[in-house]
This record gives sequence, C-alpha cells and structure tokens, in this order.
Amino acid sequence: KHMRFLLLFSRQGKLRLQKWFTPITEREKKKIIRDMTTLVLARQPRSCNFLQWKDLKIIYKRYASLYFCLAVENQENELLALEVIHRYVELLDKYFGNVCELDIIFNFEKAYFILDEFLMGGEIQETSKQMVNRCIEASDMLQEVRYPPTPRPVLPVAQL
Amino acid sequence: MPAVSKGDGMRGLAVFISDIRNCKSKEAEVKRINKELANIRSKFKGDKALDGYSKKKYVCKLLFIFLLGHDIDFGHMEAVNLLSSNKYTEKQIGYLFISVLVNSNSDLIRLINNAIKNDLASRNPTFMNLALHCIANVGSREMAEAFASEIPRILVAGDSMDSVKQSAALCLLRLNRTSPDLVPMEEWTARVVHLLNDQHLGVVTAATSLIITLAQKSPDDFKTSVSLAVTRLSRIVTSASIDLQDYTYYFVAAPWLSVKLLRLLQCYPPPEDTALRSRLTECLETILNKAQEPPKSKKVQHSNARNAVLLEAIALIIHHDSEPTLLVRACNQLGQFLQHRETNLRYLALESMCTLASSEFSHEAVKTHIETVISALKTERDVSVRQRAVDLLYAMCDRSNARQIVAEMLGYLETADYSIREEIVLKVAILAEKYAVDYTWYVDTILNLIRIAGDHVSEEVWYRVIQIVINRDDVQGYAAKTVFEALQAPACHENLVKVGGYILGEFGNLIAGDPRSSPLVQFNLLHSKFHLCSVPTRALLLSAYIKFINLFPEVKATIQDVLRSDSQLRNADVELQQRAVEYLRLSCIASADILATVLEEMPPFPERESSILAKLKKKKGSGKLPENVNGNAELHAEEPAAANKASPPPPTEVLALNPTPPAAAHSLLVDVFSDLSAPTAVAEDHLSRFVCKNNGVLYESQLLQVGLKSEYRQNLGRIYVFYGNKTSSSFLSFSSWVSSSDVLKTQLNVHAKAVEPVIEGGAQVQQVLNIECVTDFSDVPVLNVQFRYAGTLQNIEVKLPVMLNKFFQPTEMTSQDFFQRWKQLGAPQQEVQKIFKAQHPMETDAAKAKLLGFGVALLEGVDPNPANFVGAGIIHSKSAQVGCLLRLEPNTHAQMYRLTLRTSRDSVSQRLCQLLSEQF
Repeated sequence: KHMRFLLLFSRQGKLRLQKWFTPITEREKKKIIRDMTTLVLARQPRSCNFLQWKDLKIIYKRYASLYFCLAVENQENELLALEVIHRYVELLDKYFGNVCELDIIFNFEKAYFILDEFLMGGEIQETSKQMVNRCIEASDMLQEVRYPPTPRPVLPVAQL
Repeated sequence: MPAVSKGDGMRGLAVFISDIRNCKSKEAEVKRINKELANIRSKFKGDKALDGYSKKKYVCKLLFIFLLGHDIDFGHMEAVNLLSSNKYTEKQIGYLFISVLVNSNSDLIRLINNAIKNDLASRNPTFMNLALHCIANVGSREMAEAFASEIPRILVAGDSMDSVKQSAALCLLRLNRTSPDLVPMEEWTARVVHLLNDQHLGVVTAATSLIITLAQKSPDDFKTSVSLAVTRLSRIVTSASIDLQDYTYYFVAAPWLSVKLLRLLQCYPPPEDTALRSRLTECLETILNKAQEPPKSKKVQHSNARNAVLLEAIALIIHHDSEPTLLVRACNQLGQFLQHRETNLRYLALESMCTLASSEFSHEAVKTHIETVISALKTERDVSVRQRAVDLLYAMCDRSNARQIVAEMLGYLETADYSIREEIVLKVAILAEKYAVDYTWYVDTILNLIRIAGDHVSEEVWYRVIQIVINRDDVQGYAAKTVFEALQAPACHENLVKVGGYILGEFGNLIAGDPRSSPLVQFNLLHSKFHLCSVPTRALLLSAYIKFINLFPEVKATIQDVLRSDSQLRNADVELQQRAVEYLRLSCIASADILATVLEEMPPFPERESSILAKLKKKKGSGKLPENVNGNAELHAEEPAAANKASPPPPTEVLALNPTPPAAAHSLLVDVFSDLSAPTAVAEDHLSRFVCKNNGVLYESQLLQVGLKSEYRQNLGRIYVFYGNKTSSSFLSFSSWVSSSDVLKTQLNVHAKAVEPVIEGGAQVQQVLNIECVTDFSDVPVLNVQFRYAGTLQNIEVKLPVMLNKFFQPTEMTSQDFFQRWKQLGAPQQEVQKIFKAQHPMETDAAKAKLLGFGVALLEGVDPNPANFVGAGIIHSKSAQVGCLLRLEPNTHAQMYRLTLRTSRDSVSQRLCQLLSEQF
C-alpha cells in the first residue's frame, strides 16, 4: 500500500527526475518511463488526475512545464497522493524560490535530497513543511565550499 | 528567498549540464558524454590523488550521465570512498550515487555496509539519516542481513532524535517488505505499538505506516494498536485546526496521519469493546459531518485533504460493513460526489461505490444511483471515469436491473474506446450469463457482442456460449435460428462464423424443416464464408461439414465434392489437408450407423465456473472487481450441478472444448481444438547441466526461450525465470506455474509469482519463484508453461533444476577437523560410495569448478594424494542442517572416478552422490 515510483518529466517527454521505491531492473524502468510519458502526455486537459495502469494507480499533475507522475498501489488514497505531489512542489518552491524546470535540471541532486527528506521507502516520512525545510537548511549549513551561483533562468514552474 | 543558487554549486557540473542541453542532436550529446567519461576516467586513474571536492563533482557528473539513460561502468569505488568523507555534502553525493546505481558487486556491498555501520554508530543524526535512507533505497538482502537487528534498537532507543526515529521506522518497513524473514519483530512489538503515543506527530505517522504493514502480516501481535489508533484519531478529529501547528495542511488537521490511522483500523474488524466502538463511530460521524460544513478555504488542496480523510473513513465504514446507518450515510455522501463538478471526485465516488455495492446493507442504496451512473457512462469526457462507471454498473447489477445494465453497456460498447472494449465484452458476457432468466436473451446478447465488437470477443466468450447452448436443450433451436439469421449479413465477424459453424454443425437439423434454412442453404451459407476465414476457423468449418454429412444425407455428395477439391485435399496447410482427407475417407467408407455414432451430438459439458470470470480477474487484478454477493448466490442457485472446481492450476483452461481425456467416439469436434494444440513437450535433458551452475537457458524451442537465474542462501532460494517470445506475434493466455509431487510438496515450498497473461512478440517477461527447502528431498519440481500462440494452445513441462545441493553452504576446515569429522560419520549407512567411468575429459580445473559449483568448499592439503579432491559443506533446510564431507579420487589411467560421501543422514548422502556422480 505504498508508492512505487515518482517521475518528473517535461511536456516534451524529457525525464527530469526518477525515484523508484522498489527494486526494478533498468530495462523495466525504461519501459515504464516510456509508458508513463506517452500515457500522461496524451491526456486531455481537465481530465481527472488518476489513471489505472496495470495493477497500479497513476496520479499525475501538471505544474507549468512539468508533469509530476506518482504510481501507487491500488488501495492508496488518491487525493492524498495528489497532495504528496503538491507538498513536494511546495518544498522545491520554498528551497529554490519560485522553482522552475531549469532549477531541477541544474540542481538535480538537490531535488533528490529534498525528496529524500520528504519520502522514504515509498512512504511519507515527514509531512510538516517546516520540519523538512529545517532539515534541508541545516544540511546546507554544513557546506564547506561555495562557488559563484549558476545563472538563474526565468520560467516559473509553480505559481502557488 | 534570494535568487541564489543553493548548495555548493559545482561549477564544472553546471557547465557540463549546459553543454549537454546545447547539443543539437543525439549524436552530439553522445559525443560530449563520451568525452566527459574519458576525462573522468583519466582523473580517477591519474597518479594525482583527487581531493574530496573533485571526487564529488565527478561522481555527480557520472550520476547525471546515468540518469540521462547512459550506462555507467566505473566510479562506484570513488562513490564508496565519498561515504567515509567527513564532509557532509561529499557523503551525501556518495550515498545518492549508491542509492541510484546499486551494484550487486559483493566487494562493494561490504564496503558500503561498513560505511553505513560507521554512520549509524556516529550518533550524528544527519549522518544516521543518510545511512538509513541508503538502506531503505537499496533494500537488498545483504543490507537486511547486516542491519535488520540494529534498526529496531535505533527506533525505540530513548535518546534517538525524532527525525532518526522516523527514518528508522520507514527503513524497517522497507526491509520488512523485501526480506520479512530477516526482520524479526517479536521482541519489539510492544514498544513499536507504543510509538503511536509519541509526542511528535511525524514519528507517529512513520510508526503508523510500519505498524500497518506488520499488522497485515500478523494481526494478532498488533491488536493493541487498535485502541491507541482510535484514541489518536479521535484527538485529531476533534482538535481545533491550529492545535497541530505545521501538521495542519490547508486547514485540515493532520490528513496524512488521519488516513494512516483509518487504514490501520482497516486491518481489523470493528472493536469489540463497546466504549471503544462508540468512540470510533463518533469519530466517523464527525468526519462525515465535517463534509457538510462550508469549506474553510477555496484552495483545492483544502478540499482534497478533507475529502481524502472522508473517503478513507468511508473505506473503513465499508470494511466494517456493520453499521447500517453509517453505510447509508456513506452511500449518500458518495451520491453527492457522483454529481460533483470536480472530475476527480466523480471518479473516486464511482470507485468507492463499487465496494459499497457488495455490502448487503447498502446494495439497494447504491442501486438508486443507476441513472446517474448511466449518464456518466454517456457524458463523461474522460475515459478513465467512464471506465469506473462501467465497473460500478457491473458491481451494482443484479437480477432486477440486469437487462437495463446490459443494454446500456452494449450501447456504450459501440462508441467505447478500444482500450476498454475487451473488458466491457467480458463483463457483458458474464452478466448476461449470470442473470439470464431465459437463454434466448443470453444468446442474443452474445451475438450482439460479436456483431458490435467481434475483434474484442476473446475465445473464452465464444467457447462459453457454445458450452451453454450445448448444455441447454431449450435454447438450441433458437440458437440455430439466430446464428443462421446473423450469418446472412454480407460481412460478419469471423467469431460469428465460428459460433455459427459449431452450432449449425450440432443443431442445424432443428431448423432444417424450414425451406428457407434447408440443409443445402445452411451449407452454402457457411461455405460462402470459408474462403475469408483463417486456418483455425476453416478447420472448424470442415468439422461442421462432416457433421452435416451425418445430419443430412441429402447434402453428402455436395460436401464430398467440396472436400475432394484440390483446394482442400492439397491444401498447403497440413492440418486442413489432413482433415479434408480423413473426413472424406470417413464419409466414403463408414456406414450410416457408424457415422451416426462417431458424429453424434456433443454430450453436455461438465458444469464449471466460467473461465470468462477468470480472464476478467486476471485482466484487472483480482481485488478490483468485488464479486456481487447477491449475484453469486443466484448463480450458484441456478447451476447446482456438481460445481466442478477441481482443476485450479491452469486458469485459462480452454473451457471444456479441450477436456481430458477425450472420449474416443464422441470427441471429433472436441478434437477440432485438441488437434490444434501442440502436444505437451517435456524437456529434461537440460537438468543435469544445472546441477553445478545456477544460470542458463533451461528450455528453447522455435517459439519460446526459458532462461534461469538463481540465487540461494541457506535454505532459501530465488529463481528468476525469463520467458522470451521468439516470434513476432503475441503469446496469449500465458500462464506458468510449478507443480511438485505430493512427497516433494512436503519437502520443498515453491511459490511462483503471477506473470502477465500476454507476452508481446520479441518481448521477455520475468517470473520470480521463491523457494524454501523444508527438509532434504530427491524429487524435482516441474515448471509448467501454457500459452496460446496463433490459436494453438502450447503446453510445456520442464523439470526445474532445484536440487538438494543448491542449499549447500561451503565450509572451510583444517585437515585435522576434517579427519575428526570423517571418523565421526563412520556408520555404514552414513557413507555412500560410487565408482564410475568418466564421461568427460579428466581435467583438474574442470573438476574443481564443478565441485565448487556443486556447493562445497574445496579443502587443499587434506588428502595426502594431491590428485584427489576433498570438499566440505552444510546442507541447509528448515528442519535441519546436514554436514557433508566428500572425497573424489580420479584414476586417469583407468578413466574412472571413485566418489565417497559422508553425511549424517543417509538420504542426503544418497541423493548428493547421485547428483554429483553424473557430472564427471
């Protein structure tokens, strides 16, 4: 009764983040990624956010140019899964400040770290935004080297 | 927040990512990546030691390249080095790399485990969390073995930080899912349950997730969690939203925790304690009441969170299925959602109502929404919502509304998306059979199905209609008349030709009195379709023709002419040619009496459960479609005749059209199908090749390749079986299972996970077999594979190479120990000796490899004669561990071997000797 994977991809079907909560071969991953992008990108606007796919339920939502696509086992609560996605977007947004697709491309490792503070083993670890942010900021304080910032592109992903 | 790049901005990485993004073509990208890989490789190999920062940067680049979809075959060692860095960001990147690119390389796993062990012991919560995350991300058995005993300690330790407890709970949950046998929870149960009382809501949430999983496996151990969960839930439900501070989500109090608690309660029946029970009822009522209050925010997040809790509460009410008032309220609430403007809610309401429909308290209440659901089927823009509407109509169907629902589904089928047509066809077929009062309606419905969606009518459906017609003589005349009329259409689906051919072949005589459907008219009608049909259908028609010869002597000459024509007798297809020759010959030489006996009407099929149902379940995953309680009762009332459920293993048995054994005289039409099935192929010569190795190709034919990868640990094993479709078209109704002799069943547990019923052309699917050795054994389990290829049922049986020696653990020992034990095992029945001729060249290295593959440790310097081999190992089974010593003495001059085995159990000695002696 838990999450199986989370994928972030662009409207062009470019994968931006992949998180697998159960062991699965690279070959299967590629197939799933292909299936998910075709399936989700083909959906009409204003359709519902849920899809049945094999024995899994796919919950997806689009934020600006990015699709967030979460696969859960069948008995999982769909509406709350939708809010898992939203909470993750909020966390990214808080961290990057008006997060956009390019933030996630150039700081992909941060996007993974934030996700790891939020979810673990396919279960929600910490639902409090403050708590997650505190953890992430604390780890940023542990940094030892600072380099000039990468140029910040515009193109807001999430207008919340 | 200022627009600054956070983190430690690895500039080289950013430049590299920019470069990749600027590549105009895939080729340019590959070129750039290869350049970078070469650069990183040279840095890693260079003489100059890299500093931590550079190492981190390169590892991060490799990770990026891997995530782009390219293979990475180096850098693992550098990533592992980063784990022991004392700089947080370096450690963090190291862990990320390991988590994403798990490598089963055992040397590395040991190093990784070491680093994790250090971090877990560091008492630094940030480091501990990283380590726990890594365990949860990788989750391999090796890790479970190394840490499963440590993590519960961390979870319940008084001085663990809250965030560490959260990670520990979920990490444990993850390990429990993959390796439950390695995560013993008994001694921790009480303290884990107690975490439900924790001050910190984050800890409670994580602990609840863990307890849900554990309670599902051993509900009795976690029974005490029920009252704690109710108390906790009640506190949340009645709290003012600000009480929970940051655990309030858009004005909804702790929605995640609430849903988890409600889910935990779904692992149990309603509480027996009345006080507790009424407290829970109060909670559920409060949640239902809140749904009627005006929203506290216009944001969709607010309503989502609120409705998430509401729907979970409804799920619990449905699960308990004991409080009629709550059930009716739940049903009314869902009824409101059915008409909600949010598509998501309509979808979920349709879904929840499906489960509600199976409760006897609410079945009638659900039925009152039938018009809304039918209108959803017609007006919803989104196919996934329409699909839910179909599911709900199916679930709410009973005798009172079956005609309406079937008619609506048939109407919808005309315009339905191709993706869901087959499923609708199956559902209509099931409902029509289940609720048929008169079978003319049933026959009409199925013929309509074929007319509207012939391509989506699977074999199960049309086999079933034939079975039913054959078993019910009240409908046979009607069926013959109806198929005859349907076949008049200039273009009719091939499935109709099959049904028509079969039914007219059996019951054409019932309508032959009418000159408009005289025997010759019937025959000409069927034969006019012949040339448009595929081989299996033509084969079926030929059988119908020979049946005609028996039924109607007046058309015998016409049909013989057809059979005699070159296009039949010299048909390129062997099956068709053979039928034409045999049927022609039969019709020429057999007397009318003999013909009448041979071609007698089909006997009734044994009553059995519809395999359409099995197919539907398989298609949807069995949990999806609750069997309508009322409907089932009616079904059984109607078909009391010896519910033949005695043949569970092959789920898609070809109905009774392929029964066993075919009764010789009656089986001609039966054989239409069994002739086409390839005979069962049994392969076993591969078996001995797998005694000393675990991987390889087990079976191969022109259609199918079966490969194996096996791993064993102590008394447990896991086999990955790979089925490769070597053809370009799909295998349908694919199923595979393992069977064992009765004796073997008590000695060896084999559990096969289910596989997809379809393997597309050129594709490969994997099946996992979990194996447990209970006690020593000598039989071999059999892998059964069944599928349909080009209309032909294929059966394959292959012996599955699970032998006793697979459960060997090699044991190193000194020469002294060896001889001491050798003497201890001196009883005559403990020793087995065999002298045999060498089948293969007698090479020392090959022999060593075989002995190691067999599973024993080779002990050097024990035997005074260096040409001899001495080995030792322990056979692990659930009931016992059996030590085993062996000695193999080659005599190259005579091309002979002498093998001596000593174990504490004679059956083990015998079996091992038998297995090993065949290898040399």
